[in-house]
Amino acid sequence: MEPGIYHLLFISTALFFIGVFGFFTRRNLITMLMSIELILNSVNLNFIAFNKYVWPGKMDGLFFSIFIIAIAAAEAAVAIAIIINLYRSHQSINVETAEDLKF
Amino acid sequence: MPNVLNILLIPLLPFVNFLLLGLFGKTYLKKSAPIIGTVLMLASAFLAFQTAYEYFFVYGKVGEVYQQLMPLKLTWLVFAPGMQIDMGLMIDPISVMMLIVVTFISLMVHLYSLGYMKGDGRIATYYSFLGLFTFSMLGLVLATNIFQMYIFWELVGVSSFLLIGYYYDKPSAVAACKKAFIVTRFADFGFLIGILTFAYCGGSFDIPTLISALTSPDSNELKTAIGYSFVGVSAISWGAILIFIGGAGKSAMFPLHIWLPDAMEGPTPVSALIHAATMVVAGVYLVARLFPIFSIAAPAVLEIVGWVGVISAVIAAIIACTQTDIKRVLAYSTMSQIGFMMFALGVAKYGGEAGLGFTASLFHLFTHAIFKALLFLGAGAVIHYVHSNEMKDMGGLRKNMPITHTCFLIACLAIAGVPPFAGFFSKEEILLAAFHHNRVIYYIALFTSGLTAFYMFRLYFSIFWNREHSAHDSAHQDHARHGEGGWVMMLPLVLLAIGSAVAGFVPFGHFISSDNQILELPFHLLFSIAPVLIGITGITIALIMYKTSNDLPAKWSAQLNGMYQLAYHKFYIDELYLLLTKKVIFNLIGNASAWIDQHIVNAMINAAGTITQQFSEAIKKLQSGKVQQYGIYFFTSVIIIVVVLIYVWN
Repeated sequence: MEPGIYHLLFISTALFFIGVFGFFTRRNLITMLMSIELILNSVNLNFIAFNKYVWPGKMDGLFFSIFIIAIAAAEAAVAIAIIINLYRSHQSINVETAEDLKF
Repeated sequence: MPNVLNILLIPLLPFVNFLLLGLFGKTYLKKSAPIIGTVLMLASAFLAFQTAYEYFFVYGKVGEVYQQLMPLKLTWLVFAPGMQIDMGLMIDPISVMMLIVVTFISLMVHLYSLGYMKGDGRIATYYSFLGLFTFSMLGLVLATNIFQMYIFWELVGVSSFLLIGYYYDKPSAVAACKKAFIVTRFADFGFLIGILTFAYCGGSFDIPTLISALTSPDSNELKTAIGYSFVGVSAISWGAILIFIGGAGKSAMFPLHIWLPDAMEGPTPVSALIHAATMVVAGVYLVARLFPIFSIAAPAVLEIVGWVGVISAVIAAIIACTQTDIKRVLAYSTMSQIGFMMFALGVAKYGGEAGLGFTASLFHLFTHAIFKALLFLGAGAVIHYVHSNEMKDMGGLRKNMPITHTCFLIACLAIAGVPPFAGFFSKEEILLAAFHHNRVIYYIALFTSGLTAFYMFRLYFSIFWNREHSAHDSAHQDHARHGEGGWVMMLPLVLLAIGSAVAGFVPFGHFISSDNQILELPFHLLFSIAPVLIGITGITIALIMYKTSNDLPAKWSAQLNGMYQLAYHKFYIDELYLLLTKKVIFNLIGNASAWIDQHIVNAMINAAGTITQQFSEAIKKLQSGKVQQYGIYFFTSVIIIVVVLIYVWN
């Protein structure tokens, strides 16, 4: 069976909610970062799917995906830098130990 | 034509004196300060007399009418076209007459102070204050503009404040200067509103313009001004009443007179200059200056002026009969005499024979300035001699102070209205004017002039006769060392005594009248019998009671106990004011406002603070520091916004 747009949208939605679930439930910062990557990739999948099936002659979706991949890479670099710094100061990458910035 | 420079220099020389001595007096000019002040004042007085001569005899009269000249007029502040404040010099009969009075009395006081204030540590400051006062008074007299007048009016108040409080280490002097300032300032508030009302009605601050706008019967301004009314009184009458309140405050008219007796805390020459001869007549001058408006546009207010004047005159005279501080007696006598001037204005009409009261009032102002200054300076010499203000410390001084005695006697005869001294003529005209206009006022005034003679001679006999001092009276031997005070103190007394003796012969009606035309002052021999007789009766009673020390005064005051106590305590007017301020204003209004401030205004401010604090306490838990909680807020919010955008705002 040739996969259609619905299949792709189903996968991307599933990825999105898996990411959101992971972001809310995991306490490990690296895992949370991975969940964010899942969310971003679900968006990528959406762009690709709409580009291919709705406006096949255009390239906008592809370019957006490439942008998002680049931004995701940069964001991962920044996030990992923050996580390393947090580890240095708190000896842990558990998000519950990083509650100093509150009221 | 008037010489602008000369006239300008009359007020400016005292001002130079003020600046020079005020800035450099304490450090560089301590020795020469009195001389500098007196010389500058002498020059100013000389110029004033020259100006007066030229005005009255050379250029002032065109035809039979004295002209109102404005040799200098500078625009100072412009609010709107036609509505501007000018600074200028006004030369007309009354201002020229006042120039003479102010500069002459001021010169006498400068001269007298050379002796009286000798050895005082702050004499340079004293002379600079005298200069400031003379400058402001001359500026007030010469004002062309009612607002200019107001500015100088306040300056006069300030210099009076400074001079009353000259002995600033004496608590009573400090209290007196504050009282004087606050009471007159309170009255000046009325003056200010009156000025604004007049300016609004007449469309100008300029005195001649204002007068012509508000007095010619066909002017639009007058019709509009009469048209506006507030509680049944027209705007123009309100303006006149308010302006009169200002004048009454400065001139110590009942019930705003309470500051004047206390003002006697100042040095005695200051009392002579400010609180007897010049500043206190500013109110009379103000009413005289705006007389056409009062007389033509607001005759009812002029009636009030008359009644306030006569009531002040009689109340002050009664109080003066019971006081024992000689300066206070003189202060009440001043108030009484100013009351005479006020009611003389009140019984006058604009123009012609009916304007007799106007001429009489200013005539009395003129003669009163001379003999009252003399009385104060004489009292100053006595105080200088015995170091006390109280009558009981005096007596039998005629042998120790012969010159002072003679001069004081002349002044007493003048104020009591004994012919041919100055007060006789002016008081005669006032009584005549009152006789023709209002009999009730006339009889009260006649009674008052009897009282005047009584209390003045009570003062005279108590100081110079009464008990005789024996040789072993050590205090007096101590006093006798510095004698009467040298020629600088005696010369002003003698000059003023000559003035008091002859000033009555000035044909005053030839110079000053309500419409600036020549008015022959009427003189009826028959009419003057009653005032002179009543004056002599007063003198005789004083002679019996006080010439030698006896128990008559004590017996009589015991018989009139209630009345005597009432008058001795000045009719409890001071106490009434205290009651009003303390009980009514402080307790009733002040406490209520304080309560509102603390319980309502403060509560509102506090509530705003408390609400903000409670609210932030309530929502601060949102800022938990938990990243995932923030994620949930974000996610929920996005979902809510999306739902709203899709389903609600669709």
